[in-house]
Amino acid sequence: MLPVLAAPAWMLAVVFVPLAAALLCFLLPRRAVILGLVAAVLTAAVTFALTLEVAAAGTAHTLLGGWAAPLGILWRADGLSAALLAMTALVGVTVSLYAAAYFRDDAHARVFFWPLWLLLWTALNALYLSADLFNLYVTLELLGFAAVSLTALGGGAAALTGAIRYLLVSVLGSLSYLLGVALLYHSCGSVDIGLVAACIPDAPRPASQVAAAAMMAGLILKTALFPFHFWLPPAHGSAPAPVSAVLSALVVKASFYLLLRLWLDVLGGGGRWAAELLGLLGVAAVLWGSVLALRQERLKLLIAYSTVAQIGYLFLALPLAVAGGAAAWTGALYLALAHGLAKAAMFLSAGNLLRFGGHDRIAELDSAVHRLPLTLTAFALAGVSIMGLPPSGGFIGKWLLLKAAFAQGRFGLVVVILLGGVLAAAYVFKVVGHAFTPAARERRLRTVPPGMEWSALLLAAAAIVLGLTLPLISPLLQVGAAPAAMATAFAAWSAA
Amino acid sequence: MTQAVFWALIGMALVVLGLYALIVHAHLLRKVLALNIMSSGVFLVFIGLARRTPDADAPMAADPVPQAMVLTGIVVAVAATGLALALIVRLRALTGRTTLGDDMGD
Repeated sequence: MLPVLAAPAWMLAVVFVPLAAALLCFLLPRRAVILGLVAAVLTAAVTFALTLEVAAAGTAHTLLGGWAAPLGILWRADGLSAALLAMTALVGVTVSLYAAAYFRDDAHARVFFWPLWLLLWTALNALYLSADLFNLYVTLELLGFAAVSLTALGGGAAALTGAIRYLLVSVLGSLSYLLGVALLYHSCGSVDIGLVAACIPDAPRPASQVAAAAMMAGLILKTALFPFHFWLPPAHGSAPAPVSAVLSALVVKASFYLLLRLWLDVLGGGGRWAAELLGLLGVAAVLWGSVLALRQERLKLLIAYSTVAQIGYLFLALPLAVAGGAAAWTGALYLALAHGLAKAAMFLSAGNLLRFGGHDRIAELDSAVHRLPLTLTAFALAGVSIMGLPPSGGFIGKWLLLKAAFAQGRFGLVVVILLGGVLAAAYVFKVVGHAFTPAARERRLRTVPPGMEWSALLLAAAAIVLGLTLPLISPLLQVGAAPAAMATAFAAWSAA
Repeated sequence: MTQAVFWALIGMALVVLGLYALIVHAHLLRKVLALNIMSSGVFLVFIGLARRTPDADAPMAADPVPQAMVLTGIVVAVAATGLALALIVRLRALTGRTTLGDDMGD
């Protein structure tokens, strides 16, 4: 009755390896570092195995406990999931290496960092694999709680305030999403993505439209799209460097992934006016986030506002994608992957500069380039991807969007895409320029462990190399993509 | 008005009430309470509407699946409340404040 499907063992391992390790780290705090590192490498290994399996054999499924769809919980790994899982694994294993060095002298933070970080990784992986709207809600909450606790890790007043604001926003977003799930369950009698997608075109219209709006609103809040970005900079700016990297690179992507999943697989990829609205907010986010990034005096806040701007690009792609199809979707996903790698590299570099100088005031970064050449290289390379210069991953993403915008005659969007790149160049060079100025006076400076410098550089290099791997990644993203027939069904549904 | 719609409307009223309180009150404890009222509203919508699933044989038979889901939701809400209260207590011990401050215009 239950078909034996490809790669279910890898899918289970991707979630249960970090989960088991998180619990072990919690029970054996003295061994937390070594356990955490082993778990990180293992998790990354099984994730890459799953990604290769999906790339080779197509979409993988597994039924938890052997219960089938209307009642049971289905896990599904298609190309979109696999790409985000692989990005998470790459960032995750590198951040783990970085954190081992970063928390070496801080026993308190070390004890709490590892279980929380591994739980966060578990929640991310479970979220990317779930094909069940309610299971997605649970993973979304797990992710939020782990992220909030990590934000509060520093323990200071700023970290606590940032964490509380983050928690309130996160729970509010999840509740809005859950309200949508409740209404969809009412219409369709199931929370399985496939069954709901099949029932949506015939579902009672106002209920399912309100459900879609509630879910989207909640996810937009959690993704920090302008004007709901207010909570992001304080949370990301006040957390320890490895945590900021994880929050900006991975956690924000999870709610964007879910939004995309709903849009493509549940609602069928149409919805012209909703896409235009979100695109407009994306445009505002690109401009507003970039300008505010440029005006920051502290490096971590600059990077956090840059995240607000880069999230704008992901939404700016929606109107292009709904009108023009596959290339713009690929562009948006490429930008999400490239931003994940580059932004993690930037936050890790910022952590090095903070460790080195004891502060992250941009105007006083003088002489950093002589003392931390690897860190500055990492920052600049990550900046190349954020700006969207060739041959980086960010360039490919923006190029695909630009092509789509030209093809559709959306010259306003072309201008915004280019202007966002110019503003990004301005804020990246603001940092790099200050780092090149000669030191005004000698200060007492701390050394930075080489592991912290190399891990930042590794991620930045990955963001550049991503641009050269389009022929490998583009087919992966197409694995299991929603059929076009569904899109037309939705178009008819939303137009009526 | 059927019974299902009645309970769903009550649930929506609770959601709106909670959202309003979450926005207007500065005290963090009130914000946490507001979120709890909102989640109760969402749960009520979930349970109330699920009494009438489209393909049920008996039109008013209770559907157990949403009840299981709401039970999970309650656990999540309890965890969120606990985490929020722990953070608020710590913030107050450190700074004496029980609000987020007006730096971000809350």
